[in-house]
Amino acid sequence: MARAFTPKVVTANALIEGDVVYQTADDRWTRDLSEAELIEEEGLANLRLAQAEGQPELVVGAYLADAAPSEDGPQPTHFREEFRRTGPSNYFHGKQAELN
Amino acid sequence: MYSYSEFDAAFVAERNRQFRAQVERRIDGSLTEDEFKPLRLMNGLYLQLHAYMLRVAIPYGTLDSRKMRQLALLAEKWDKGYGHFTTRQNIQYNWPELRDVPDMLDALAEVDMHAIQTSGNTIRNVTADHFAGAAADEIADPRPVAELLRQWSTDHPEFQFLPRKFKIAVTGSPNDRAVIKAHDIGLQIVERDGEIGYKVIVGGGLGRTPMIGKVISEFVSQDDLLPYVEAIVSVWNLLGRRDNKYKSRIKITVHEHGIEDIRARVEERFKVIRPTFSGIDVQLFEDIKAAFAPPSFRDESAAIYETAYKTDPIFRSWADVNLAQHRAPGYAIVQISLKAHGETPGDATAEQMRVMADLAEKYGNDELRISHEQNVILPHVHKSDLPAIHAELKKHGLATANIGLISDIIACPGMDYCALATARSIPIAQEIATRFDELKLEHEIGELKIKISGCINACGHHHVGHIGILGLDRAGVENYQITLGGDHTETAAVGDRTGPGFSADEIIPAIERIVDAYLELRTSAEEPFIDTYRRVGMAPFKAALYEQAEAYAAE
Repeated sequence: MARAFTPKVVTANALIEGDVVYQTADDRWTRDLSEAELIEEEGLANLRLAQAEGQPELVVGAYLADAAPSEDGPQPTHFREEFRRTGPSNYFHGKQAELN
Repeated sequence: MYSYSEFDAAFVAERNRQFRAQVERRIDGSLTEDEFKPLRLMNGLYLQLHAYMLRVAIPYGTLDSRKMRQLALLAEKWDKGYGHFTTRQNIQYNWPELRDVPDMLDALAEVDMHAIQTSGNTIRNVTADHFAGAAADEIADPRPVAELLRQWSTDHPEFQFLPRKFKIAVTGSPNDRAVIKAHDIGLQIVERDGEIGYKVIVGGGLGRTPMIGKVISEFVSQDDLLPYVEAIVSVWNLLGRRDNKYKSRIKITVHEHGIEDIRARVEERFKVIRPTFSGIDVQLFEDIKAAFAPPSFRDESAAIYETAYKTDPIFRSWADVNLAQHRAPGYAIVQISLKAHGETPGDATAEQMRVMADLAEKYGNDELRISHEQNVILPHVHKSDLPAIHAELKKHGLATANIGLISDIIACPGMDYCALATARSIPIAQEIATRFDELKLEHEIGELKIKISGCINACGHHHVGHIGILGLDRAGVENYQITLGGDHTETAAVGDRTGPGFSADEIIPAIERIVDAYLELRTSAEEPFIDTYRRVGMAPFKAALYEQAEAYAAE
């Protein structure tokens, strides 16, 4: 039996800086997961991913990552995505330093 | 120290020019990522979790002050002020931007360094014993042959599209500090009837399927070495599995065909190749050897050292643990720990790099080494200079006296940086080091090697740690498996799994239970952990790990 679809965001790394980025509903790339578009339907998720893959001049390695809705926008459901949206745990570097 | 010939310099400059143009074409959209990726990997540029990562080769772990200062400059100018020394004598920069990388490579070329073949299915950076040229137990310096192999393997037309990556390590001593038995080819310099040659080991490796290398030849002469190594790689290049990347390394080829079959094939191939080597390689080797001539050693009193040793307990503790025996009288090998308790294993700030460069220039014949254990070595230091060196190291957080002890942990970058990782390694290393420092037990415990990998690929060498820790993703939670009894030396062994893994919260107490059990079980303080493990086996450690935990849970 196919697995039930779970909500997703489209994420990638920015071509120049390598930063983790997320696709927004109005077709921008944001560094802040809470601004990402949470996609609740599988067909739409695949379409949005294909659109992301069509922007090689902006992003690298786009994929669909699981996320859950919250009052503060999409939240990661797996620790890998938690690290990607935060930065490394050994130094206050990356997004945790740059977004706040 | 080998300096680039005109040929080397021109080659690296040309590669850098090509890569600059490739980066420009990627940015302006003329190259797709699929086209660009193999090109950037050939030049050591990865895309990791949070950013790009540039991996720079430090051939056979050897640096001088000029190179080290340039590494500091890169860290400061194009990164966040630090670099990470790896288990294969490379340095990694975790935060470069794509458009800056060509400038970084040009800056490296200014000091005879590059990032070529630090990735991809090629022959990677050739590593060597970090005590090369200084160790008391050394038969010959392994660096000249490592440099010969670097030149031979760089851009070798036959070996640019191998079945998988290929790693070579060399030791000049019977005591193996270069982990040669866990490499695709391990070379050990040996002497037979007064002639220097090589014992050749093949098919070692860690990763998903750990294997201890097997001897393919007990003695290969200097004249035959390059064609012999070429024959091995050539045989594997044809036989190696390209259908399944988990079966592509030479360790699997040797395992599937048997060492006798591989030896016979290599000898056949060697007969064909040998006549094509005209002897230029042997001539070149002699020139390279001259570049690694030992420094002239001073003959003077070490009285200052003796006095400091007697009167300063902090210096004494550092000297007892961080010095190794040098081949010249009055000299010592200084190991600078990059494992300050609670810090990231293998990381050095730009300032620390400059301090170490200054010390090498002032006191150490301008030589530095990077060890696969992620520390820095000043190979040639007169003992009278040790108190001054120690005082300077102390000021910069570099005087931790823990070489070979429980907090001298190898840890891969893990999920804090690496896109392949399944769990974090660095925080586990930090917590173990901090915990045993608090307990003030580390000197009591004595020699104990903990090695941590954040995924099955085993960059953190966990299989050959006395205690190995492997971080995995178990149903969306970080989980850590423990192995015991691994050994990375000439008596190499792969560790045995203890049983079910532990969560991130449970792993530090679990390591404590293992260490407590060892302290109970050892015959005396003279019996190191690995010997106790070999004597008593897994059972008492398993009991300490799992039965105690169950008892606590039942309370």
